[in-house]
Amino acid sequence: MAGMISSPHTHLRNSVTTAMLNVCYALIPGIAAHVYFFGSGLLINMTITIATALLTEAAILKLRKRPIKASLMDGSALVTAILIALSLPSMVPWWVPFIGTAFAMVFAKHLYGGLGQNPFNPAMVGFAVLLIAFPQEMTRWMPPQFLDIYHPTFIETLRYSLTGLLPAGYQLDALTMATPLDTMKIQLGLGQSVEAIQGSQAVMGKLAGMGWEWINLMFLLGGLWLIIKRIIGWQIPVAMLAGLTIMSLISFLVAPDSYASPLFHLLSGATMLGAFFIATDPVTASTTPRGRLIYGFCIGILIYIIRTWGGYPDAIAFAVLLMNMAVPTIDYYTQPRVFGHDKK
Amino acid sequence: MSSYQQTIRDGMWNNNVAFVQLLGLCPLLAVSNTVINALGLGLATTLTLVATNVIVSMIRNIVRPEIRIPVFVLIIASVVTAIELAMNAWFHELYKILGIFIPLIVTNCSIIARAEAFASRNNVGLSFIDGLFMGLGFTAVLVLLGAMREGLGFGTLLSQAHLMFGEGARGMTIVLFEDYKGFLLAILPPGAFLGLGLLIALKNVIDKRAVENKTSAIHNQATAIS
Repeated sequence: MAGMISSPHTHLRNSVTTAMLNVCYALIPGIAAHVYFFGSGLLINMTITIATALLTEAAILKLRKRPIKASLMDGSALVTAILIALSLPSMVPWWVPFIGTAFAMVFAKHLYGGLGQNPFNPAMVGFAVLLIAFPQEMTRWMPPQFLDIYHPTFIETLRYSLTGLLPAGYQLDALTMATPLDTMKIQLGLGQSVEAIQGSQAVMGKLAGMGWEWINLMFLLGGLWLIIKRIIGWQIPVAMLAGLTIMSLISFLVAPDSYASPLFHLLSGATMLGAFFIATDPVTASTTPRGRLIYGFCIGILIYIIRTWGGYPDAIAFAVLLMNMAVPTIDYYTQPRVFGHDKK
Repeated sequence: MSSYQQTIRDGMWNNNVAFVQLLGLCPLLAVSNTVINALGLGLATTLTLVATNVIVSMIRNIVRPEIRIPVFVLIIASVVTAIELAMNAWFHELYKILGIFIPLIVTNCSIIARAEAFASRNNVGLSFIDGLFMGLGFTAVLVLLGAMREGLGFGTLLSQAHLMFGEGARGMTIVLFEDYKGFLLAILPPGAFLGLGLLIALKNVIDKRAVENKTSAIHNQATAIS
């Protein structure tokens, strides 16, 4: 083999590890924006989820008699852990991230056979379990740091996470606030117009929700970098954002007073995180080029439907999990035609 | 012909309705959220199984094979109606909680399955034992699943025991964790599916271990002899 040295044999070592590490790098701007607007609770949660993910993964690999180090170092557990932390409110007791991550690793990933075998996105399974099991803890979102109410310090957040003790003299309800998506839904239900809501409600920013618009833009930035680096394909994010845009545009054009604008939907909640980092999970997403377009587009439509008419704070997890179920069917019907073969 | 011992072992373990045949899953998953609910429905199902098995076995030589299924269904329906009325009279509170699942015992596939597969081919004594232990095996799984879900979900065991055992049983409730916040998932339907899946996995592991032990024992014997 040593004789074969004619060009071009340089190749990129594009292993799972490098892909996963690049995904982590791409998440950094969004994480930084999140911490800037919503405080350091995210970092506490992330520490807990990462530690839990690595420990449970190691324990279950040992149980399954698989090589521990190689699987542990591939970074997939790390990405799952970060995604779970990003989907949690910043002030939650420690057992919330712990249970969610352990469930994601054990039930959603390893009971199906580990990396590459799981039909459902582990991070989203973990999140869905938490949302269903602990609805109170999971819907207490902090307002952005710039609003004029008390914001717990790092130490106070850490103490709440570990012991459940709040800063002296404060009730938890006084520290939390409805998210922009919730506010929009509630106020629309009260008969307010979209314009009035965006003008009068404190949590609303210039384009969408205060803080959330910047977080989404930062995730968009990281996601675009991933596409340029060819870590992820363009089909799923583009199709998903297109699905969401088209649905919200139709409603917005028909009744601009009672349906939020496409821009609001694109920059609210976890839209960009979902489009570039969650829906694109290489294991659970569709794998054919046309299939990815269908998969992403349907996620976008489902997100709009669940956000607008559903009862949950955001819709990424359920939309992605529902479409995960459809992936085998989508892949079956979108097999690319092999060159030289007839159309079936 | 099956022996009594074999029938008992089949009902409780080897051919357990819930673990192996995977029959009657709808009531199993729906009412196993507390131990008392599980026990109530399990015993009602056992009673139905015993009664239908005995009746079907008694008439097995009179009924023409062409119409046996409608006849079985009629027998099961009458037995379940009688049990429903009895529970309504004597365990009224529990009856209200279990609600639709009492009349729905009639649709529990394990009952017609035992009538067709066992009672219509065996004598009355064996059919009685089969019905009793198939029912007890089902009840055992129900109670085990109920204990798992109630313990995880509410942090208690045997809450509301007075519904079944009268007012004196109020003190039977065991609190596993003081000041427990509750794990809602265990109470909701996904908890039932996960719990049953884990229990079946556990049974398979136990069976596999038993086979391995047996073969290694035989192997050891063989080497000792040689």
